Amino acid sequence: MRRIPLPVLAAASLVLVTTALVLVFFVAPNDADQGFSQRIFYFHVSIAFTSYLCFGAGAWKALRHLWKRDPGADLESYVAVHQGVIFGALVLLTGSIWAKISWGHWWVWSEDQLVLFLVLFLFYAAYFMLRFSVDPGPQRANLSAVYALFGVVLVPVSFLAIRLSHRLIHPEVFTRHGPNFGGWILAAYLVAQAAVIVLAYTLYRVELAGKLLDVRIKELRTA
Amino acid sequence: MTTSEKYVTAAYCVVFGVVLLYVVIIAFKVQRLERDLDELEEKRRG
Repeated sequence: MRRIPLPVLAAASLVLVTTALVLVFFVAPNDADQGFSQRIFYFHVSIAFTSYLCFGAGAWKALRHLWKRDPGADLESYVAVHQGVIFGALVLLTGSIWAKISWGHWWVWSEDQLVLFLVLFLFYAAYFMLRFSVDPGPQRANLSAVYALFGVVLVPVSFLAIRLSHRLIHPEVFTRHGPNFGGWILAAYLVAQAAVIVLAYTLYRVELAGKLLDVRIKELRTA
Repeated sequence: MTTSEKYVTAAYCVVFGVVLLYVVIIAFKVQRLERDLDELEEKRRG
């Protein structure tokens, strides 16, 4: 499959992020309930979905490694999980800032969605401890793949937690009938979501290219 | 600047700060890879 060239991806990221920021700050109206602080939502939710996608991609590549023995699938899984953890950290940071302004607290332990996302984040953060505690080779690749696959079970649990919870402090953005908003708010959210996904994919490709180059240099050294 | 505006600015600065940090780390890594390649090139030339 032909891949999109990196400069094209980088340019698309720049255009989309800029457009999203213009829509968020200059076009989308203030939320009737939360006012200006609701503008954190556009990137906070987009980053959260992107981190789920990254963990999902990491698990898919892990499955490809275990099932088809795809060359490079282990490295691709590792980079996807790495991206997921970076975006997961951003979800926790932006969420905490939003919680402080909306609820008056940086963190609320009684909220299932928050705690489950933290569990998911810590689970994947531990992936690196496992991976780097084993010497490079097939054993490391297999163990990492199994761990990445187990972790993906937490993604739907984290996503659905808000619907299972009876104490709804955290807003429910998407219902069975679609998003809870429309007009420019929806348009700004969709552009922000596209921007964050393209940005994450660009960073994924850049990091993967670096890792592959590193592997080739190591092979040349030992040849 | 209102309190809400300060918090929203802080949230967006955190996002772009982390992305920028990530890009800087990758740039350092690419620099190291370039040095390694130069070293291999030197060895090949003998």
